[in-house]
Amino acid sequence: MTPLAAYLLLAALVFAIGLGIALTRRAAILVLIGIELMLNAANLNLIAFWRFGPHPEALTGMMFAIFSIAVAAAEAAVGLGLVIAYHRHSRTADLDAMTRMKG
Amino acid sequence: MMIASCASLMSALVEPQMGAVLACCQPWIVRNLWLIPALPMAAAGLIALLKQPYKKAAAGLAIGSMFASFLLALCAFSRVLLSWHAGTETRYVLNFDWLSMGASSVQLGWVLDPLAAVMLVMVTFVGLLIFIYSVGYMAHDVNFTRFFCFLALFAGGMLGVIIANSLLLLFMCWEIVGLTSYLLIGFWYFKPAAAAAAKKAFLTTRIGDIFFLLGIAWLFAQTGTTLFYNYGAGAIESGALKVLLSQPGALGLTAAGGIALLIFAGAAGKSGQIPLHVWLPDAMEGPTPVSALIHAATMVAAGVYLVARVYPLMDAGAGPGQTTVALTVVAWIGAATALYGALVAMAQNDIKRILAYSTVSQLGYMMVGLATGGVAVGMFHLITHAFFKALLFLGAGSVIHGCHDEQDIRTMGGLRKEMPATFYTYMVGMLALSGFPIFFSGFWSKDAIVGSAHNWVGSQGPFWMLLTGALLTAFYMTRQIALVFFGKWRGDGHAHESPLVMTAPLGILAFFAVVLGVLGTPAWPWFTGFLESRAVPFDWAGFAEPGLLPLMGVASLIVFAGLGLGWMLYGSKPRETAEALDPVERALPTPFGWLAHRLYFDELYGVTVLRWYGWLAGLSGWLDTAVWGGLVALVAGGFRELGRVNKAVDTKWIDGSFDKGCEELVTGGGVLAWLQAGRSPGYLRLLAFGVLVLAGLALLASAVSGQVRL
Repeated sequence: MTPLAAYLLLAALVFAIGLGIALTRRAAILVLIGIELMLNAANLNLIAFWRFGPHPEALTGMMFAIFSIAVAAAEAAVGLGLVIAYHRHSRTADLDAMTRMKG
Repeated sequence: MMIASCASLMSALVEPQMGAVLACCQPWIVRNLWLIPALPMAAAGLIALLKQPYKKAAAGLAIGSMFASFLLALCAFSRVLLSWHAGTETRYVLNFDWLSMGASSVQLGWVLDPLAAVMLVMVTFVGLLIFIYSVGYMAHDVNFTRFFCFLALFAGGMLGVIIANSLLLLFMCWEIVGLTSYLLIGFWYFKPAAAAAAKKAFLTTRIGDIFFLLGIAWLFAQTGTTLFYNYGAGAIESGALKVLLSQPGALGLTAAGGIALLIFAGAAGKSGQIPLHVWLPDAMEGPTPVSALIHAATMVAAGVYLVARVYPLMDAGAGPGQTTVALTVVAWIGAATALYGALVAMAQNDIKRILAYSTVSQLGYMMVGLATGGVAVGMFHLITHAFFKALLFLGAGSVIHGCHDEQDIRTMGGLRKEMPATFYTYMVGMLALSGFPIFFSGFWSKDAIVGSAHNWVGSQGPFWMLLTGALLTAFYMTRQIALVFFGKWRGDGHAHESPLVMTAPLGILAFFAVVLGVLGTPAWPWFTGFLESRAVPFDWAGFAEPGLLPLMGVASLIVFAGLGLGWMLYGSKPRETAEALDPVERALPTPFGWLAHRLYFDELYGVTVLRWYGWLAGLSGWLDTAVWGGLVALVAGGFRELGRVNKAVDTKWIDGSFDKGCEELVTGGGVLAWLQAGRSPGYLRLLAFGVLVLAGLALLASAVSGQVRL
């Protein structure tokens, strides 16, 4: 059986890739994809810790993961909605151009 | 006015035993005597609030208040007349505390006695006529309301002088009178001559007033009161006089003599006596009603009235057949003034200036009358002179008005046809002033003065000076009449008679200029008796007094001589052109030149007093700029240096540190603003960085506590 560390390393890798995308990309949708990747890395961790934890029969990790996926879906929907609304308003989805909140 | 009413109320409250009893058994008019000056003053205050176009309201207020004062004055006069008994002095006094200083207090008050009553009636009556006349004379002046405001204020001040029972109250009203005189002389202030004359009058009379004030202070220091009469405790009643006579003064005088001379100096300033007479002729720059009211009939008589008021002080210490130093000084100065005024009047060409010098001269007569014959002699001439001199001035005003503001008698002539009403009344005034025998009041009053000067114990000098003055008076008045009303018209344009509002007062004054003499003939010297509380039955034997008839004869002859001489020189050969030389000038050019230049008094003052004063002013200026100014500059410089240090500390340290703090804040704010760039990737990076740091820290903490082995 594959050891826990392999799952954790994969999750960390996916998280790092997600973080890298979110921090470096200027397109709003790519940043959202990066955030989704980080969320999924977290889900991967939840499932792995559940499977290798002391009570694998209690389905707690599964519940957390399903919750997280639902939240991520809602987040993606809201985020995409915002980006589309912003794009309609100012014809761009470039995050560096979105400086209206500058103090 | 308010003060006076409150004060009378206060006196009733403060002195319950004596004051209240006296106040309630005193007649109504005595308790309310203050109304007489207060009414014109209140009118002046109201007129001052009126705008220029409200001419009728202003004149109405002034004349109405004066008329009310006249009625009250008549009421006061009849009160005195009714309670008058031969042998006892009729005198109502009402005093009140004005201000208290510890135990002592300064009292003011008013007095009603024959002297005050006579003056009240004269001033209100003449004043009323002149107010009415002014309505016509000033009709076209834009400052009509201002004029009546000043006139009413003047009348109030003058009436205050008359009723004052305290030297202090008298002095206050005296200064009101001086102020209004200044304001009215300078009424046409846009004329430089009028402005200068106003200043001259004010400053010259101030010189007298300084001595007057010193006299008051001295009197207060010696007797502790400035009241004239206070039921035996007044300053000019026997008790205080005894004290004053026992005190040594200066220069061998007693305190009484010194104070009397100081007070006379004030009177001399106001009444235009030598050497303080220089302001009075210049005062003719004012409007003519002002000249008539203030500088002929009333204010200049205030000095004479003052001497009469303090006569017990002037006379203090003189036994029968003696005179005092103060009275001797008064007599000589009066006689010199009388002669000087008459001399200078001969050579003047301005119709009002002649009358001004005539006034100076007549005031000298009054002073001699006071000094040699007592209060009644001087006061009688004051009263008659007030009427006929007011008449002459108003007549002159009418002439000036009719000739379109021409004042030079050389360019007039032949006016008796154009201005008959003015001419006949002027003739009455002129004959009264000259002392034409029997029919005119001036004869009786002037003759009484000449007679008392003749009988004076001091010297015969004043008598001869007065006789010469009488000759000259008749002469210069004839000259004036001849040049103005006879001969042919030498001016431009066409003269016209003045309106009725101006000629009617002339007629009334002319009537009194004649009939007042009845009150002072030797057969029935009612006026003297009234003032001196003596019963005087009508008796032709009054003329039989030794030396009286010859003296009257001589005086009459002198008057006739003056009139004849004047007519011979000016009337029989009328002047043909305005430029022709005066007959006297042709005969005696040098003395005439001296007289025309007023004996160089102004020039004398110019080279003595004024030069010295200018030098003093220069010295003061130098002291001011160089010495005191230097000191001030030094102090100021020191403070400026201190200020500089202060400024440096302020800018460098206090402001500097504040600025530095602000700069830091700005820099910090800039950094924060840079962070707050509004770009979400930036925030996201910071967030990630923070999370990483926190995660690192958590790991580190776990490692240190041994939970995790790295």
